[in-house]
Order: sequence, then C-alpha cells, then structure tokens
Amino acid sequence: MSVQTQLERVAPITTPRARRRSSTRFLLGGGALLGVLAILAIAAPLLAPHDPEAVVVREVLGAPSFDHPFGSDVLGRDVLSRVLYGLRVSLLVSVSAVLVSTIIAVPLGLLAGYFGRWVDTTISRTLDMILVLPAMLLAITFIAILGPGSAVAALAIAVIYLPILARVMRSSTLIVTRNEFVVGARARGAGHLRVIVSHVAPNAMGPVIVQASVLSAFALQLEAGLSFLGLGTQPPTPSLGGMLSDGRDVLVQAPWVEIFPGLAIVVAVLAFTFLGEGLRRAFDPKGVAE
Amino acid sequence: MTSRLAFVARRVLLTIPVLFVMSIVVFLIIRLVPGDPVRTMLGFRATDANVAEVRHQLGLDQDILTQYLNWAGALFRGDLGSDIVSHAPLSELLAQRLPVTFELTGLAIVLAVAIGVPLGIRAATGGRWVKRLTEGFVVFGISIPDFWLGIMLVLLFTGTLAILPPSGYVPFADDPVNNLRYMILPVLTLAVGEAAYILRTTRSALTGVLDRPFITFLRAKGLSTRRIVSGHALRNAAPAIVTVIGIQIGVLLGGAIIIETLFALPGVGRLVVTAITQRNYPAVQAGVLAIAVTFIVVSLITDILVGALDPRVSDGKST
Amino acid sequence: MSPDDRIEVPADVLQFTDVSVTFATDDASPVGPAVDGVTLALRRGEIFGIVGESGSGKSTLANAVMGLLPGTATVTGSILVNGREVVGQDDAQLRSMRGDEVSMIFQDASASLDPTWPVGDQIAETIRAHRLIDRREAKARATALMTEVGIPDAADRYGDAPHRLSGGQRQRIVIAAALANDPQLLIADEPTTALDVTIQAQVLELIDRLRTVHGTTVLLISHDLGVIAQVCDRVGVMYGGVLLEVATARELFRAPKHPYTRALLAANPAGAPRGTRLPVIPAAWSIESLSEAELLAQAKEAER
Repeated sequence: MSVQTQLERVAPITTPRARRRSSTRFLLGGGALLGVLAILAIAAPLLAPHDPEAVVVREVLGAPSFDHPFGSDVLGRDVLSRVLYGLRVSLLVSVSAVLVSTIIAVPLGLLAGYFGRWVDTTISRTLDMILVLPAMLLAITFIAILGPGSAVAALAIAVIYLPILARVMRSSTLIVTRNEFVVGARARGAGHLRVIVSHVAPNAMGPVIVQASVLSAFALQLEAGLSFLGLGTQPPTPSLGGMLSDGRDVLVQAPWVEIFPGLAIVVAVLAFTFLGEGLRRAFDPKGVAE
Repeated sequence: MTSRLAFVARRVLLTIPVLFVMSIVVFLIIRLVPGDPVRTMLGFRATDANVAEVRHQLGLDQDILTQYLNWAGALFRGDLGSDIVSHAPLSELLAQRLPVTFELTGLAIVLAVAIGVPLGIRAATGGRWVKRLTEGFVVFGISIPDFWLGIMLVLLFTGTLAILPPSGYVPFADDPVNNLRYMILPVLTLAVGEAAYILRTTRSALTGVLDRPFITFLRAKGLSTRRIVSGHALRNAAPAIVTVIGIQIGVLLGGAIIIETLFALPGVGRLVVTAITQRNYPAVQAGVLAIAVTFIVVSLITDILVGALDPRVSDGKST
Repeated sequence: MSPDDRIEVPADVLQFTDVSVTFATDDASPVGPAVDGVTLALRRGEIFGIVGESGSGKSTLANAVMGLLPGTATVTGSILVNGREVVGQDDAQLRSMRGDEVSMIFQDASASLDPTWPVGDQIAETIRAHRLIDRREAKARATALMTEVGIPDAADRYGDAPHRLSGGQRQRIVIAAALANDPQLLIADEPTTALDVTIQAQVLELIDRLRTVHGTTVLLISHDLGVIAQVCDRVGVMYGGVLLEVATARELFRAPKHPYTRALLAANPAGAPRGTRLPVIPAAWSIESLSEAELLAQAKEAER
C-alpha cells in the first residue's frame, strides 16, 4: 500500500513558494547554528571559564560540576574551555582550507568550462590525478611528507577538495555559457575576460558555494580525524580530535572527556550540512553540486 | 559480446596511467621531505657514515630517474624494501597486515550494503514516516564522525553492557569466534556512515527511476508494484548504486586508517600512522601503496560491473 | 462464474457517464476540473479519436480509464469497461484489467521501454503478468508478436536493448507489448507525435490493421487533425475539459457543428491555400488568453 503512494505521485506538486519556504528554514537553522558556533569560537578567550591549558592536579577527571560544566580531563584541565578553544582551531582549519580551495578552484573551473577543448582537458586531467588516492590517504601522505600540524592538515584538505570544487564550477560554467545572454554578449563584441567576469562567473557561482558549505562539514570531520591520529593540530593546543584521543583510556571512568568534544563536532557538522542543504535548495535547483 | 570485451579491455588499459601517477606519488613521498630525509629518519644521533649507508641502501644517492626506475623495477618483483625500525622485509609485513584491513573493510561494506540498500528502497517507496525515519538515519550517519561513533559504541558495549572487548585482535585462522568478537565494533563503526550514503543514493536513484515514463507503461501493462520495483526500477538504479558503493569503499579504506588505530587492529592503516610518527618512510610508502592499489582495483571492478549492468554504457552510448 | 452471470453481449466496450476529474493542489487555490462531465460510449471495433489542444483534458480522461492518475486526482461519475465499473476500484482489480482487457500506449516510445531490458522480454512480461505460461512459450509468443508488428528478424532482435532499435521500431515494440494479451480496448495517447511523418503513417496503418485483424476497439488521442482524419471512424472534440462535439470523422471534417471545431479545422495548415497566411485559432478560443473561469464558461455556453 505504501509503495503505491510513490508510484501514484506521477508529478510531484511542489510550488516554488513551498520550495523557497523549506530552503529558508534550512538556511536560517544552519546559519543561526553556525553563527552561534562562530561567536563561541571567536570569543573563546572571553567565554572560557578557565585556562584551557592549565593543569590542575586535584581536578583530574573531575565529573561535570558548577565550576566545570563539562568536567575536567586527565590532566585536570577544564573540558568546556578546551572545547571552546578546540572549536576555534577546528573551524579555523576547516573553513580556511575550504576557502583557499574554493578561491583556487573557481578560476580553474571557469576556464575549463568556458574555453573547453584543450584548456578543459589539461585542467580536468591534472586535477583528476588528485583523485587517484582516497581523501584520507592523500591527507596522510601530505602529512607524511611535510610533518604533522594544523597548517599542513589545512593544506592537505584544501588540495583534496580542489578537484571536487573545480568540477562543480566547471559544470555550472558549462550550463551558464550556453545561455543566450552569454552568447549575446559575445555577439555584441565583448571580450572573453569581460564575458567571464561580468556574465558567466556571477551566474555560475551558486553550486560551488553550496558545495563549499557541504565540504566544510567533511573538512571538519577530516581535521578532527587527523588530530585524533596525532597528525593534525599538535598538543598542547586544544583540538576536538586531540581531546578525543587523550581521553580514550579513561573513557569508561570519565565519559564526559569523550562525549562533549564529540558532540561539538557533530553540532558543527550539522550546522554546515543544514546550511549547505538550504543553499542547495535556494541556489542549485538543478543539483550541479555533488 | 565483443563490444562488452572491448569495453572491459579499454577500462583495464585506463588504469595503467592511474597506476603510473600513483606510483610517482608514492615514490616521491620520501624524496619530498624537507631537508635530509635520511637524517630526519635516523635522528640526530646517527653518524654520518650511518646516514650515508642508509642513503645508499635506499638508492637516494643516484639521479632521480635511475632512482625511479630501480624503485619501480623492485616493485614489480614484489620487493618493497625493508622496514627502518624492524628491518623486516615490507612485503612480509604487508602480507600480515593486509588481511586485517581487508577483513575490516570487506565486512563493513557488506554490512553497509545490507543496511543501506533495503532501507533506501523503503525510503523511495514508503510513506511519510518511513521517509522521515530514514532521512533521520542519513543525517545521523553522515554527521557523526566515525571515530567518535566508535568511541561511543565502546562506551556502550564494553563500558555499560560489558559484552564486547574494547580493542584488540586475533587472526581469524587462530580463533574465528574471538576474531569476529573483536571485529564487531570496528565493523559497525565503519558501516553506519557508509550505510547512510548508500541509503541516500539508493533512495535518490530509485526515486528518479520511478518518475520516468517507462514506469507508467509498466503499470499500464498490469505489473504489480513489487514487480516494477524489483524487476525494473532497481535494475535501472543499480549502476548509480554500484558506482557509489565503489566510491564509498575508497572512503572506507581511508576511514579504516582511523578505526584501526582506535581499535588497535594491526592493519595497513595503523602501520602507516605508526610509521609516520616514527618517520619510517619506507613503511609509509608500502602502506600507502597497498591502500592505493586496493582502491584502484576496486574502482576498476566497480566500473566493469556498472558496464555490465547498463547496456548503454558498454555500447558507449552514454557516460 | 455461471453462464447466467454473464452480461448479454455488452454493447459498449467503454462507456463514460458524467465523468469529471479534479486535481488537488497544495496551495488550496480553486482550480476547475481537468475533465468536466464527459459522457461518451465507444462501439466495439471502432477507432474513436479525441482531438483537442494540450490542456484540454483528453489525456486525463484516458488515464482515468486505466486508473493511472496521480494520487491527487479525484474521479467522479462512472467509467464502464465491458460493463464493469472502473471508478473506485482498488489497485489489484485495476491491475488485472490493465495490459489484459485494456492496454495503453504513450507518446514517447523510447521513454516507454525499460532501457536495461531486452525488448522481447518486455513483451513477454506483459503476457506472463496475466497468463500462467512458461518462459519459453511466452518468448515464442513475443517473437511472433514482434513479427506481426513488422520487426524484421524478430528472433534475432528479441535480445536487443531498446537503444539498438530505431524510434519507429521501438514504437512497434510498445504496440506489441500492449497487444500481447489481445486486449479489447487499446488507448493510444499521442502514439505518433514523437515520430517522423513517414513513420507516423506506418504506425497508424499498423494500429488500423491490428484493429481489423483482432477486432480491438481503439481510443486514439491526438492534437493532430491529420492523424485523426487518417484512421478514425468517429471523433470527439475536447476543450477545457468538456467534450464539445461527437461526430463521424467524415461529418466532422465536412460540416463541423461547434464554432471551436470550425476554428480548429480552419487552423489546420494542410487546408490553407498556398501563399496565404496560416490560419490560427481565434484569440477568443486561445487557452492562454483566457482565465480558467472564463474558459469554462465559454465552453459550457457553447455546449448549450
């Protein structure tokens, strides 16, 4: 019976208004969540109740209390303060990595999509080489060469997402370039650069912004994973992944050491995912972004 | 049938440049290390003679082309060099460790498919509540970092319930029951996220197919809904699903690196992580190579399978 | 079933009585019915054409017979197929009718076939969906049908995927699949619109020939007066969901009663003298120029 419902829905009746309403809900939800997280991260020095790196022996593995709402860790450090500072590092690394990647990918995708032929082949095939290795393995390879650290992790993440972002930009450029107003602009004698900058780029940006938001969620998880392995952000700087690694041996006695940093990652990932979904419904109805 | 063969042959040939690029990446790992890699590797207490000897051993004192040719030649003979720390041949080390990684990722993908595909079918054809529940599972599976999920599972199964070991490993051949007991949590941890992706793909591919006109004609022919979904819609959605499963195996191999470390499984991923912290470059190379080759072979199999499932692909009619 | 239960030679294969179809929309704005009070009976063995512009409700009417309307549609009135009510039937009952007693073919044959299945199997499965026969027998019957609809070397083509056949051949496969169980009624919704003109004529001839051989009644839906003129015995003209006029094809083309039919006929480019401007449907009748309500009022008035 339930199978029937789908089959009978020959044409989905969604009005543009309904679509706009659902996209606004995701955009507001994701945006607000992300805004709160960003404020928490930026204002961490003001908000953190304790010094995140201060070792207090008598507080070792203290349960959550009024003074330490998230408890304290193996070295007696305040988990809440460390989560706030860790969020700062995680957001900084993942957002800057995706931002750098987008800034490089946009012109590459524009060129490939606009000029096609050998320009496209050269750019696309070169970027494809990055996809030879799975993302995590490539990140690890980078770190194997350049040594561990947040900056290297950010660089690795930026490189990994370059082919994905460039491919999305290329596809949306291809679609926009076929439009009449672009053909018209060329026919009126506008140069390539002018056409790309003032006609193609503004209209082709939607999907890549969507993709960047979605990838930020993955970047966040990747950064946390690398730090968990001890290959990302290095101690004593607090990082969410690093905290999860530190508390592994005391998991059963002091679960708060593991629960709160993990929840922080999940909330941040959800914020980016919702934002990406809202942006997708608003700016990428054709589903060019992956 | 000959066009099928040609398609397979073409796809196999395409992996050659991919393997070549991959080999260069792996080859360069040690050579791109800033400063003197051998010095970094051996630490500052090593004597100059010692450094020179290891450099010669690794062939790093020759010109780069000769280095690559020698290295690639040795690779073809199955010679991956030896571990800097234990001095054991790396090919032996991989032979011990690959089965662990294969068991982990293999079981995880089987479990992920077993959860993701049926739920995806329900999600595409079910009522509103089925759709909401499956969507919840997708968001949950995608947003939770796998290693944190693993930690939470350990907390539940070894902390609260105390029914499973938190970490460790015994080879399957020695003790199959305990091997599987050790594997349950890591496999479950890896499978949940992958199942979410497979569910999402199955749902969207199937929804797309069910909106196509030929489904209406099948209904007009008097076929039952069950028959339309299982005989036609799934068959048409299969290439998209198989493609994503192939891609997800790559993600899974990456995820295994973290999960092996978390659950102390002696697989290739853990080998690589340990080797990086010990600056044991030959072992890093061997591990990266093993995972990368696995990934390339899986992609090859996936593409051939997709070609077999969709007659238009092997006829070269669509991409 | 005892012999007494049988209805004595049901005169009409298909009978509509005051059939209306409305679609629910999610923003609750009132929309007029897509089909409005259609009453019509098809005689056994005839080809009945329904002509109208897009949006006139002709396809909705056809889909209502098959029970293939989306869940948002509400059908009122009565549709009798061989004297049996279709409106309000559950899916299992409709399914046993579809592809057996009544078949339907659609506009784009390329899109009507499953791209991953061999074409022959797509005919055979219609048979196996309704008859208890084994695979081999179904295959033999499907091959024979392929030959009958004019596929050369049917046995060799049986295993081909749809994309290896031409557009016209694919439409023939669709017709073969629709006729596999010797249905008494075939509904053809714009069956030739997606085809080249020469192939169009061949497919229409095929439908006409199969109707003669098998005694199938055909409900042919088209916006193309040329197609209607070529094969139909009787014609109904639909406009804004209302059936305006029913006449034999000969009558309709010679002496159309309804002003809309006259406008429609006049707009047929084939009838226009060379060198003159092509005639168009007067603006008063153009669907774009009218609001839904005006349109209905006009159609209703014309009906009276």
